[in-house]
Parts: sequence; structure tokens; C-alpha cells
Amino acid sequence: MGFYVAQLLTGLANASSLFLIACGLSIIFGVTRIVNFAHGSFYMVGAYLAYSIVALFPGSILGFWGGVIAAALIVGLLGLVVEMTILRRIYRAPELFQLVATFGVVLIIQDMAQAIWGAEDKLGPRAPGLSSAVRIMGEPIPEYDLALILIGPAVLAGIWLLFHRTRWGVLVRAATQDREMVGALGVNQAWLFSATFVLGAALAGLGGAIQIPRESVNLQMDLSVIGDAFVVVVIGGMGSVSGAFVAAVLISVLNAFAVLVYPQISIVLPFVVMAVVLIVRPYGLFGKEGSGHGAPTEPEQPLRLMSSRATLVLMALVFALAASPLVASDFASILLVDLMVATLFAVSLHFMMGLGGMVSFGHAAYFGVGAYGAAMAVSYLGLPMIPAMIVGPLAAAVAALFFGWFCVRLSGVYLAMLTLAAAQILWGVTFQSQEYTGGDDGIVGIWPASWATSDQAYFYVAFALCIGGIWFLRRVAHSPFGYGLRGVRDSDVRAEAIGMDVKFHQWMGFALAGTMAGLAGVVFAFSKGSVFPDVLGIGQSVDGLVMVLLGGIHALAGPILGAGVFVLIEDWVSRLDYWRFIFGMIILGVVLLAPDGVAGGVDRLMRALGLRREGQT
Amino acid sequence: MNVLEVRGLTKSFGGLVAVNDVSFDLGQGEFLALIGPNGAGKTTCFNMVNGYLRPDRGAVRLNGEDLIGVRPRDIVRKGVGRTFQITRTFLSMTVIENIQMALISHHGRMFDMLSRATRLYRDEAEALLRLVSMADQAERACSELAYGDLKRLELAVALAPDPTLLLMDEPTAGMAPSERVALMELTAKIVADRGVSVLFTEHDMDVVFAHAHRILVLNRGGLIAEGTGEDIRGNALVQEVYLGGGTSFGQAEADHA
Amino acid sequence: MKPMRRKILGALAALPMLGMIPAAAQAQEKIVIGEINSYTALPAFTEPYKKGWTLAMEEINAAGGVNGAMLEIISRDDTGDPSTAIRIAEEMISRDEAVMLFGGFLSNIGLALADFAKQKQVFFLASEPLSDALVWSKGNRYTYRLRPSTHMQAAMLAEQAAKLDKKKWATVAPNYAYGKDAVAAFKSELTKLQPDVEWVAEQWPPLFKIDAGSTVRALERSKPDAIYNVTFGGDLAKFVRQGSLRFLFEDRPVVSLLSGEPEYLDPLGDEAPEGWIVTGYPSMDIDTPEHEEFGAAYMERWGEAPKTGSIVGYNSVLSIKAALEKAGSTDTEAMLAAMEGLEVPSSPTGPFYYRAADHQATMGAYVGTTALVDGKPKMVDWFYADGANYLPSEEEAAKMRPAE
Repeated sequence: MGFYVAQLLTGLANASSLFLIACGLSIIFGVTRIVNFAHGSFYMVGAYLAYSIVALFPGSILGFWGGVIAAALIVGLLGLVVEMTILRRIYRAPELFQLVATFGVVLIIQDMAQAIWGAEDKLGPRAPGLSSAVRIMGEPIPEYDLALILIGPAVLAGIWLLFHRTRWGVLVRAATQDREMVGALGVNQAWLFSATFVLGAALAGLGGAIQIPRESVNLQMDLSVIGDAFVVVVIGGMGSVSGAFVAAVLISVLNAFAVLVYPQISIVLPFVVMAVVLIVRPYGLFGKEGSGHGAPTEPEQPLRLMSSRATLVLMALVFALAASPLVASDFASILLVDLMVATLFAVSLHFMMGLGGMVSFGHAAYFGVGAYGAAMAVSYLGLPMIPAMIVGPLAAAVAALFFGWFCVRLSGVYLAMLTLAAAQILWGVTFQSQEYTGGDDGIVGIWPASWATSDQAYFYVAFALCIGGIWFLRRVAHSPFGYGLRGVRDSDVRAEAIGMDVKFHQWMGFALAGTMAGLAGVVFAFSKGSVFPDVLGIGQSVDGLVMVLLGGIHALAGPILGAGVFVLIEDWVSRLDYWRFIFGMIILGVVLLAPDGVAGGVDRLMRALGLRREGQT
Repeated sequence: MNVLEVRGLTKSFGGLVAVNDVSFDLGQGEFLALIGPNGAGKTTCFNMVNGYLRPDRGAVRLNGEDLIGVRPRDIVRKGVGRTFQITRTFLSMTVIENIQMALISHHGRMFDMLSRATRLYRDEAEALLRLVSMADQAERACSELAYGDLKRLELAVALAPDPTLLLMDEPTAGMAPSERVALMELTAKIVADRGVSVLFTEHDMDVVFAHAHRILVLNRGGLIAEGTGEDIRGNALVQEVYLGGGTSFGQAEADHA
Repeated sequence: MKPMRRKILGALAALPMLGMIPAAAQAQEKIVIGEINSYTALPAFTEPYKKGWTLAMEEINAAGGVNGAMLEIISRDDTGDPSTAIRIAEEMISRDEAVMLFGGFLSNIGLALADFAKQKQVFFLASEPLSDALVWSKGNRYTYRLRPSTHMQAAMLAEQAAKLDKKKWATVAPNYAYGKDAVAAFKSELTKLQPDVEWVAEQWPPLFKIDAGSTVRALERSKPDAIYNVTFGGDLAKFVRQGSLRFLFEDRPVVSLLSGEPEYLDPLGDEAPEGWIVTGYPSMDIDTPEHEEFGAAYMERWGEAPKTGSIVGYNSVLSIKAALEKAGSTDTEAMLAAMEGLEVPSSPTGPFYYRAADHQATMGAYVGTTALVDGKPKMVDWFYADGANYLPSEEEAAKMRPAE
């Protein structure tokens, strides 16, 4: 009995840590609808700051807690800087565009933290006065764990009082329910958003600072925590602070007991729980259907077919691309293959996200299943390249049909989160099934057939498949099916009223996007000769999202531009020291100059230069 | 034969009976209004006819075919068009594309992945636009249209599959008075020309009395009166319900607007 | 939309130009070597490594280079992503004309680069990746590995563990290939030495996301006599803290892989556990003349004591130099021939050679016990375990490799 009580207390202490990280994220999302990728970075900075400040007062209880609070406040200030210099300028950008900016902030903070605090892990002191363990029912429980178990609910109570007993809190709650109404009440929205962002950032900083007696401060903290934080927020219901608390307790306590039975489970447990919750309760445990997403944005313009002159230019450029291996170096061909793969991946994501309005945070799943499908066809079935290239997209199609069936039942950020859960579960299974997938050692030896081994020959294979895929998706975008997807996105009620089967249409759109991502994955696998679980990972999905959003979600050319900019800049800057800082700055620059994405920026530039008539699209 | 037959339609939410034992018929080419004060159960009634809500009891038959349990989109396919109180259009498309979408869906080509959507059923779509006098706006983006034009566009979209029955929920809501008259005249003309039957709800009593062939009055979920404009005007019960006596319909309308 | 499209495709068309920039004119005879590692993803381990190979390169060039040519090492960050590593390798081979590649820290990147080397017929020296598969089940004729592998280090610890004569063992390792290999190797080696050993619990926390409290308690519940630990980095710090708070290590010896490496031991500060049996690198305490010379030069150049990565980086370049000298050319086949049984007679860690049968270097590791000396964590009572003693015979090893 004592053992289980102790395990429960351990779970509860973890829950408090998790709650502190997640509640800020939830508050920020609730009010501003920003999916803040930089939240993990705030958490990491909080931990580093606390480490540095607490070190000034060794052994002092006041110094420790003062340091923790000071760290949280400084992170709040950092949040204010980020909000005022970057996010405030792009609140009216298309939905989720702010995500790209926060991604840039993540990169910048990673390099700055390394420059300031160095690469080596930092182990902070234990909390003075709480540095040992007490015995409860004969089991040793760290005193600091007990303190955490109290701190979590205390912070929850503090937030509750703030939200229910202050005018500001009431406004925050109102904004979480219905942003337009708050705007209509004459509240200064900019101020409300800034204050919310500062509070959220400070809570993240507090979450990090309070961790220093438990773990070493290191440069991986930001990304290792952000996934779980999102899971907690989604399970609890986005914008619900008490929901985040319940979700944190649920996950942590489940994990504490699950490792006793099945030690490998931690890797997927949070995502399995999230998937189950979303399927049963589409808005999370305590969530309500929100009042839509970001600020109202300009409606998308109708699609136009290209003029014949533009088509000629385009054809010429495709021919130039086709001819490039004849004049360019081998490496240029290799880089172009990467570029084409990234572009097809981005175009397939844009197909479901831009045209279909189904945002995916886990599109890498289908890219990865395509890559693994082909790789396993080669290594287990001994298939040659071409048949394996057919197996890959088919496998991706099956996976997309399976997960898509659940996903299309949701919408907005919840759909996005379920796609993320699906991808993470697939990643976990791939990672875990060493016998079949090679685990994280991956599958190697997936090289092109002998006739296609040269860089030039493979370039043409990739060219045929990727440009073919991009062409096909563009064609579909102009077809009744593509129009139908846009119709469902614009108004599902109208779509139903003209006799469309809305969910089925979305499901098929999801499956097609997944299949084409799988095709990109196949081309990728043979170009690298190997596949590893990273291809299914969050990193790959985020890259795709950034490409699509950076390019501009409202234009068919957006993902093409976005992928091009992303791959070429990354290839270039990653040669430099502190490249993440530079890359992050470039992303922020693009975001601020072109809040409607590269495509929108190019469009406005053309108009400014008088190269395009007003109104032409 | 009646196009629509509604029998004993009943629906309650929790303890509240929203619609109680409502029965009526809608004949071929008839323009039938469903009116009543706020909360009378009009929208609930409407949504049971078009399939969005499943009644607790009762029957809805379209040309003799039972519609209970049939999904909204299948009801559409059986020849029921509808317009919305707040317009629902595909804002990222042009005017004509909105109509083409309805036609594509009607012809079962929604899963065609290779044709150009904008080249399909163009002539038919143009004809429908002419019908609502919007041919000159065919290529405009839907998001730029004035509200009245959106209403007319919705009418054209609803007519695209050549329905036998048109369900119009507050067709003139949110429009300027002069536009309301124009829209309803247009609707009445189309009803007459094409032999479509229309069931509509409406707040504007001028519109109702000017165009409806017959009027149903709903109050607290129950049908309290049925008849021509004359019958309804003279019905004491209706006056009582609407006005608590004394005032005219015109003022009631002003309260609702 | 039209001009937009023109713009992007214009950029696309211009792109091949990037690849056509001619290599800088050859001013001086030089040998270009490509180096790839996870500099941004794992800076704590790769920064000392870079300092190590930089020092070796500078020393060699100052002494006149190799075969009359200067060594030029072009180094790139793989961002922790195998596919990026492959792209960089392609670029180094096809554009920078690197004669060979070395580097790698993460096992998956090591395996990806090894397979790339095989496909493109390029010599690859895997410096840091520990995966056994690299030289055994997925070994190939183009790939050699310097650092003592997971199996070797686990075997070194198993030898010491057997002396403890503890019956019931529990293991904790990060849930990925390295952790699994390390546990499997330790189990098989210890079982050979002590057949009555019992494995009472195993815990597999996700890498860098350990729930240390729960893990410690799950281990405690099985009441093991001794514990084998494979966690490292941030996981190790959490595990040590929670373990000592909850008395997991009371009267319970711990055998811990790599934990004596300064990269992992130093951050623990005065909370470093005492008395753990570890593999690692006692750095400035090593008093062989070769190491003292290296240590002094390293201090002089970088102002800090060398770490494990430093020695791996340094020995990598020493190995490359030896191979180039023996081959007498930069031809791949000549270098591969030179690598077979290549001896590196003098290195800071002592002499070692590359086994012809499985391409594994016999460079060893230091085995000792952790202790706090003046509040600083250190390895004490250490000795150098020569890698050659912890490898299967060359005949057995050759059987583990795929036929070529």
C-alpha cells in the first residue's frame, strides 16, 4: 500500500511541473489563439535564469525562492518583448501564421542560450530546506516533491482568483470565449494580448525555474517539454486552466503506474491518451467550442487559371529545371532533389491545410510511412526500386485513410492535434519495433536501382515523381474535387446543402494529401539510402508547416515558394556558426515584412513596383 | 398530390416541447409561409423537414416518400433546395463558381479530379444567374458582393439542382426593405414559372401577406392557425399571440427587426 | 500569381549555378577531408571533439603536414538529422572533393553515413558513434570505427560487475538503440562470467525525458542487489538526484556506462555519486608522457582540460594521418588497404590498431570508480582497459559481418 501511495505522490509531483508549463500555453492560446512553439524556450530560459540567480545566494532559502520568482518575472519581460516586437505586428495575418514567428524565436533562443550559458549541462542546487526526503508510510518521498504537490494547486488557485476576482481576469475569460465580443466592448485588445502573453511566458519561466532542484538545466529542455505541454493543453481543453491541471494529473499519474507494468510505454503514453480523449471528447475534457481562430482576415481570392503567357514561362522554367543536370554539378542535382521532395511535401500539406482547411501538425506521418513502406519493401520483400516506389505511397494512403477517418471528425486546432497524436504514435511504434523497423537505427541500404544510381539519373526519377505529383495536386486543386474541398472549408453548411458528403470529401482529401506526402517520402528514402524515425517526427512536420505558412497559405504557389526559401536558406545558413540564430532572424524578417507569407509579399512587391495591376490575382 | 406532407411532428429538448404535433401539407407550386413569434418553433420545424433534426414523433413525406432518418444531403438529392437565414456561400469562389459547385454536386461529379471545375456546366450556371439577374456579376468574387446580391446568389444556388421544393429560412432577414420586396417578387416569379413549391419562414409580415398563398402560424410549438392572408389577419387568436392585442402587424414587425 | 510563379521558378533555375562555383584555386598542395557532426544538436559532446581534432590538425600541419600536403578539414553541422548528414556528405564528396569523411556522434547518423560510404565507395572513419552494428551486423568495407563500442565498454563493466558477486541486477537505460544494445551486451557478458545472475527489473525511460521519480521507484520495488545504468546527460542528473533522495543507491553498487566521462560527470558537481563503477576518461590525471604532452597542448590551445570528445577527435586525426602516410596517396582503395590492421603507435591513450576483420579500433577506455575529491567529481582507482581485450576474436567478429 505504501508503495502505491508513494508512486501516486511521485506522479502528482510530476503533474505539478507539467501543469506549470502547460497552463501558460493554454492561457496564451485561449486569448490570442497563438500556437506558441516558443513556450518550451521560455521554460528553458526560466530554468537557466533561475540557475544563474540562485547560484548568487548559495544555501539561502530566500535566495532560492526569490531567484525562482525573479527568473519567472524576467521571462515575463522576455515574453513582452517577443509580443510587442513580433507578434503584435502579425495578429491579423492568416490563421496560425504566428506559429512561424514563434518557430523563429525558438531557433534564436537556442543559440542565445548556448552562447550565454555554454553547451555543458548545468546542475542547480537542491532547494534549501527541502533537500532531503521524508518517509511516508515507510517510503522515502523527496521534500521538494511535496512542495511541488502544493505549488501546482496553489498556482491554479492564484490563476483562478486572478480570473474571477479581477476585471482583467474577467476580460481574459471573456476573450477566451468570444474575442469579437471583447473587441466590441471597447477593451484595448493590444493591451489585453500583451498582458496575457506576459502572464503565459512568466508561468513558463516559473515552470522552468522550479525544475532546477529536480533536473539539470540543458539545451534540450525546450523541445523535450513542448510536445507534452501541448498534449496537456489539448487534453484539458484549449484555454482551460483547470482542464490543464486535470490533464497534467491524469498523464503523470498514469505514467507513474504504467512504467511499473510496461516500462517502454512512456514514449507514446501522452499521445495515446490525447488521441483517445479527442476521439471521445473533441474539445478536450474541459474545452468548449471556441469562437473560431485568429482575427478576421481578408477572404481568400478565387483561383484563376494561368494566362497562356504565364503558362509558357512556367513550362520554360520546368524545362530549365529538367535540363539542369546537363550543366550543373552533381551536388546541385542532389540539392535540387531535396528541394523537389520538400516542395512536394509542402504542396501536399498545403493541399489539405490551405485548400481543405484541415491543419495538420503531423503530416510527417505520411511522408514517413511512404519512406518506410518503400524501405521495408526493399529490405524485407526484396522488391526492386520501382515496385517499392509504388508500395510506399500505397502504405501512406492506408495510414492516411485510417487516421484521417478519425481526424476529419474534428476541426481547427483539435484536428491538428489529433494529427500530431497520430504521427507521434506512429513514430513511437516505429521507434520501438526494432525487429521490424530497425528502431532508431533505421533501415539502411535503400539505394536506387542500378540504372538510377548516378546523381543525374536519380534526379530525373525524382523530377518525374515530384514534379508529376505537384502538377497532379495543382490539377486536382482546379478540379471539382479540389473546389469541393475549398467549399467545405469555406462553409460546411453550404456544402452539405448542395448535397455534398462533407466528411467523406474531407476524408478523401486527407487521404490524397497523405498519399502524395508518401510519394515525397519514397523519393526521399531512395535519395538518402536510408530511413530513420526522424522522418515521422515532429521536426519534419514542423518544417512542412513552416514552409506552407512562410510561403503563404492563400496561394497555390505559396508552398512552392515556401519550400524553396526554406530549403535554400537552411542549406546556406547551416554552414555558418550560430546558424540557428541567423535562420531565426531571417524567418522573423520574412514574417514581419510579409505577414501574408512570401507569396503575399512578392505579390505586394510587384504591385508596389507597378509590375502588376491592382486586383489581378 | 401534395409535394410535402407533415404529420404529427413533435420534438422536445430536455423537458421543453419545441414543436408539438404539427401537421400540414404543401401543394404543387404553392408558396407557403410559416410564421410565429420568436421561440415559436419555426426553426426547429424547419430543421426537421430538411433533415438536420430528427423528430421524436411524426412523419415528413416528400412526394409520398418518407424523409425521417434521411440525411440532409440525401434530402437535397431528392429535390429539396434551401437557403439560409444568414447567407452561406463559398466566399473564396466567384459568383458563377458557387453555382457551378451546386451543379457539379447535383450531377454527381464532385470526385472528378481531372476536369477543370470552372469549365463544367457553365451554360447552365449562366442561365441560373440570368434568372436572378446577376449575369453581369458572374466573375466577381463572392466575398465582394453586397448582402442582397448574396441572397439572390443563394436563391440561384438553391435552384441549381432543379428542386421540387424550396425551403427558405428567413429569406429577407438582414436586407433593406426595398430589397426585400424585390427579392420576394423575384422568388414568387420563379415559383410561378418553374412550378417549384416553397416553404418559408419570415418575420416581415408585408412580405408574407404580399406573396404567401397560404400561411401557417406557430406558437409555443403548436399550430394555431392556417389559411390565407385574409384568414390570418382576421384571426383573433393570432392577434392575441402576436400582439397581446391592440397593435398592428406592422408594429410587431418593427419590434422584431 | 503569374509573376510570383515566375519568381520562384527563376530562383529554381538559378539554383544549379550554386553548384557550379569552381573550387578555390589550388594554392598549395592540400588534402581535403570532410567532417560531419551534430554540433548544434549535441554541443556538450561535440564542442570538445571539435577542439580535439582541430588541435591534431594544427599540430600535424605545423609539422609539415602529411605526405607533403597540408590537411584541410571542412566541418559541417548535421543538425542531428541523418538525411542532412547524407546531403552534406554528398556535397563534400562531389563539390569539395573531400578524399574521405569522418565524424558522427549519433548512432543513426553513423549508420547512415556508413551506408552512404558503401554506396558511394568512400572511406568513412566513424569517430564517436558507439553502435555495435556499425562494424558488425551492418559493417562494410568502407567504414572503420575508432571509439570503443557499446559492446566493448559494456564488457569492461561486466568484468568489474562480476567481481561484486551480486545476484540480482536491475537495469535502466534510455529507450533507443544505444540503450538496448548496452543492456543486451552487459547482460550477455555478465551472464558468461556469472551464470547464476538474475535480472529482476529493467526500466526504459525515453531519452532525455526520464520520469526519474517513477523510474527510481520502479527499480526500488524489485529490490535488486546491484544496478546497471546506461542513462546519460540530463537523464543521468535527474536519475542520480532522485535515486539518492530516495535511497536507491544505499548499500547497492551501481555500474554505469560512460558516466566517468567528463562530459557527463562534471555537470553533476558535488552531487556526483561516489563509488559507482564507470567507464570514462580521467583527463588530466593520466600521467603517461604521451597524454601529458597532449593535455598540456590542449590546455594551452583551449584553456580547459580535454574531455572524452577531445581525445576522440584528436585520435581520429592521428588515425587519418597514419592511414594517409601508410597509403602514400589519397586514393580510396589505397587508404582502405592501409586501414587494414593500421597501427597508431603513439596516441595520448596509448597505442592501438584497426582490426582488419571487423574494422574496429582497439582504442580502449578507462575504467574506475567515481569519487568526490575536494568537492569535484573524479574518477579514482582507474586503469586503462585496452579495447583489444574486450572484443570477440577476429574470426568470430568477421562472422557477424554481412557477406560482401
